[in-house]
Amino acid sequence: MIKGRTGDWEVVIGLEVHAQVVARAKLFSGAATDFGVEPNTQVSTVDAAFPGMLPVINRHCVEQAVKTGLGIDAEINLHSVFDRKNYFYPDLPAGYQISQYQQPIVGHGRVTLDMPDGSTREIGITRLHLEQDAGKSLHDQHPRETYVDLNRAGIGLMEIVSEPDLRSAEEAGIYLRKLRSILRYLGTCDGNMEEGSLRCDCNVSVRRPGAPFGTRCEIKNLNSVRFVMQAIEVEARRQITIIEDGGTIAQQTRLFDTARGETRPMRSKENDYDYRYFPDPDLLPLVLDPAWVTRLRAELPELPDKKRARFIADYGLGVEEAGVLVAERATAAFFEAVAEGRDPKAAANWVIGDLFGALNRKGVGIEASPVAAAQLGGLIDLIADGTISGRIAKDVFAEMVETGADPAAIVEAKGLRQVTDTGAIEAAVDAALAANPAQVAQYAQNPKVLGFFVGQVMKATQGKANPALVNELLKKKLGG
Amino acid sequence: MALDKATVARIATLARIRLSEAELEPLAAELSGILDWIEQLGEVDTDNVEPMTSVAQMAFGMTLPMRDDAVTDGQNRDAVLGNAPRTARGFFTVPKVVE
Amino acid sequence: MSELTHLTLAEARDGLAAKRFSARELAAALNNAVAASKPLNAFITATPERALEMAAASDARRASGQVGSLEGIPLAIKDLFCTAGVLTTAASHILDGFVPPYESTVTAKLWAAGAVMLGKTNLDEFAMGSSNTTSYYGAVENPWRRPGDNRPLVPGGSSGGSAAAVAARAAFGATGTDTGGSIRQPASFCGIVGLKPTYGRCSRWGVIAFASSLDHPGPMTRTVRDAAIMLGAMAGHDPKDSTSAPVPVPNYEAALTGDIKGLRVGIPREYRVDGMPAEVESLWQSGIDWLRAAGAEPVEISLKMTKYALPAYYIVAPAEASSNLARYDGVRFGLRVEGDSLDDMYEKTRAAGFGAEVRRRVLIGTYVLSAGYYDAYYLKAQKVRMLIARDFAAAFERCDCILTPTTPSAAFAIGEKSDDPVAMYLNDVFTVPADLAGLPAVSVPAGLSEGLPLGLQIIGRAFDEETVLRVGAVLERAADFRHLPSFIAGER
Ligand SMILES: [Mg+2]
Ligand SMILES: [Zn+2]
Repeated sequence: MIKGRTGDWEVVIGLEVHAQVVARAKLFSGAATDFGVEPNTQVSTVDAAFPGMLPVINRHCVEQAVKTGLGIDAEINLHSVFDRKNYFYPDLPAGYQISQYQQPIVGHGRVTLDMPDGSTREIGITRLHLEQDAGKSLHDQHPRETYVDLNRAGIGLMEIVSEPDLRSAEEAGIYLRKLRSILRYLGTCDGNMEEGSLRCDCNVSVRRPGAPFGTRCEIKNLNSVRFVMQAIEVEARRQITIIEDGGTIAQQTRLFDTARGETRPMRSKENDYDYRYFPDPDLLPLVLDPAWVTRLRAELPELPDKKRARFIADYGLGVEEAGVLVAERATAAFFEAVAEGRDPKAAANWVIGDLFGALNRKGVGIEASPVAAAQLGGLIDLIADGTISGRIAKDVFAEMVETGADPAAIVEAKGLRQVTDTGAIEAAVDAALAANPAQVAQYAQNPKVLGFFVGQVMKATQGKANPALVNELLKKKLGG
Repeated sequence: MALDKATVARIATLARIRLSEAELEPLAAELSGILDWIEQLGEVDTDNVEPMTSVAQMAFGMTLPMRDDAVTDGQNRDAVLGNAPRTARGFFTVPKVVE
Repeated sequence: MSELTHLTLAEARDGLAAKRFSARELAAALNNAVAASKPLNAFITATPERALEMAAASDARRASGQVGSLEGIPLAIKDLFCTAGVLTTAASHILDGFVPPYESTVTAKLWAAGAVMLGKTNLDEFAMGSSNTTSYYGAVENPWRRPGDNRPLVPGGSSGGSAAAVAARAAFGATGTDTGGSIRQPASFCGIVGLKPTYGRCSRWGVIAFASSLDHPGPMTRTVRDAAIMLGAMAGHDPKDSTSAPVPVPNYEAALTGDIKGLRVGIPREYRVDGMPAEVESLWQSGIDWLRAAGAEPVEISLKMTKYALPAYYIVAPAEASSNLARYDGVRFGLRVEGDSLDDMYEKTRAAGFGAEVRRRVLIGTYVLSAGYYDAYYLKAQKVRMLIARDFAAAFERCDCILTPTTPSAAFAIGEKSDDPVAMYLNDVFTVPADLAGLPAVSVPAGLSEGLPLGLQIIGRAFDEETVLRVGAVLERAADFRHLPSFIAGER
């Protein structure tokens, strides 16, 4: 709910997400899909729409779309149709995009959002369809010309359209992150927004609570969660201001100017296109074998919602930490490897706290973690069996991050094994007491000096003394 | 169905074909003549008839064939750019587009 | 002038096999004929050097014992088939200078079978026309003239250059494409055989698209046997064309048994149209009589939707064309007329690049697909198309093939009918239904009308080109069409 000058407004948002299908080759041609290569080096004469060239669909892309449909609990349409969407643009070589209009491959589905207050919210998915990506137009290379690179032209996209069920920029952000998480679990889209593998169009309107939907504007091509949230916020406020000033909203396609933080109408003719959809006569209806779909369903990986529930039930984790651990499939797998046969709480704390911190500092993902799951597990084992203290473990971990060495080796090499020999600790305690008579005298009035003596003993033993033993001995001697 | 000049101008813009003002009138008449003749289809009762989008599918029972996900094409930039009226630094070029 | 050019394709094949002449001699003779055919304007590009090279290679293969089904046979290629390294124009200004880096599947198969390329034949621009007068490279003349009348006649279209070249003995055969009659109607007008195979029988890959759901590549030859031989090399499943049929290719030549005893031949009553010339009607009757005499059983059938095929076609074909031709935008190949803005460049390029008929059809197609009109036009036409296919399916319960005239009239003069598009479209009234239904059909020269050739058409069941060819051959033998056009390449 947004407060306007004249009262409260509800924002209504529907998202159209374009997710690039993970595949070696393009949707209708055998050209490669690698990112960041020289311009026009991954372009077949099919992608460039040369005369007489014809599309043949990539089975893997179809499979990826079906998997994604299953992953968002959607109906799989066993019969779907490819249509041509006709418009002229230099990065659309054929003058039409092959897409699916009235009969998409995937129908109604849903995505469950985990709200910050611990509740969940279900967002409807209207449809998912397969279509070709366009090429790339570069407008900043020459004062009078636009440069066209067709490397991306023809790459398979899944357009995932949500119902207008989202009610705030924050919800839109949660939805996008959740959808991205599901896609990455399924391996159907890498979710890399910087590289444009996941792009978002936002349909935004505002209304008085309970009133019918207002006129919507579509903000095109947002490529980060942050921009999506900003754009929605800004667009909603723009619309509210117009209405409160007595104006009306014109249905429009708009762009988000990230530098200025405002939306503006697209100057191109985007707003008066007549796409003249019709079934692509170069293709036949896509008919799926129900047994194949059943097999794909059976092979589906455990998805974040299920995994989170299992982490809570089986490992006794809290809702929030379970949520953090399942966001990425690789993280969840890492955690499970660490927790295997160990205290899951300790494993979760190490992964979420120390490991995430270290990865953040290094700017790498869990796949590139310098500490392997087995190594982190080994470290936890060393604490559990009393070989090192939790305190020393932090140092060992820091060393592991830097060198990638095994914890046991570090402990041995640096002589960090915990001292549990009462005689040796007693000697250190006695030495500390003898060296600080003033503090000994304070103890009766101020028991906090105990901490001072613990510090002295630990310093003297390079932290290796068993902290419990040190405490016990100090108390006995000071109190005695 | 008589097409007027404005409609001809609109579809010519959609089709990106420049027509001069002088061409609109005769073209409107010509296209109207063709459409009039086409409209005899209105006599045919097509209630409950499925549209034939593809003889291969609807008459011959074919469905969409699929290919394997393999890179088999597209590594020849010269072949793709070789026929282009204008290129620069490996790109196709067009008059500047303002978005 | 050469005896060689008068051979049929089959005779040339047999002569090569018997070493009566070499592929190089044959190619040289045909190169001369191609050059001599210049007055017809049948070729946009002649490729004599390539023909000689390919022929030499063919001779070498033959010497080493490798003999394809078309080994050493010189053929002409409709300039709608992309040929690697050879200018390919679709007879349109908009494809100025376009040299494809790839070879169409059909032509690649022909070369793989040993055939030799003579050149690229003229056509109606983007195969849109029935007279071959819409070519950017100028009209093609029919090698036939009406007796006592020296006005040049149209060869029919759109494969008019292919038909004229084959009729004038400037090629043993040629490829054509048939979208609304573009193989059969020019074949009829030029007194040759034209076969439109089943949709999906010959790959469309590398053939410049006019209307994808209707485009059928096929052979044009002087005899039915030649068409059978050529089709055998052109046909076959192509994984690069999603609409290509994964069905085996039979030996078409072996299907020419001459035996049609007991075959039921459908005679559709709706093809007796108003104003049909008496000669056409009587030729059709002769056809019925010939087939009956050969043991076939004529049966009257009804194809109720016949009248609506043409108007349905003139929605579906332009609609698809309007989309297929959107790629000609001055960016990646062909003509570009510079402009102040992107749209200015697009509009100027396409206005300059497309001729009047192409523009007309692109505009009609754009209109019938546009918002608010789709259901009334495009969807309606697709439903009528379904009814047409059902008509044929019902008819084939009662007969094994269908006999009709190919065209409602013989060739007309260049310039005639050109101011009334609809009158021009009516040329295809008998050919369009088989395109809409995707069925195989052949036109066989069967007689003369005022000294000009007329064809009869046999339509068959899907993928039953064998019956179509077998009946066609019986018709051919009975008609015994031995007339020659007034223009024979190199003989005037
Ligand atoms: Mg969209
Ligand atoms: Zn899309």
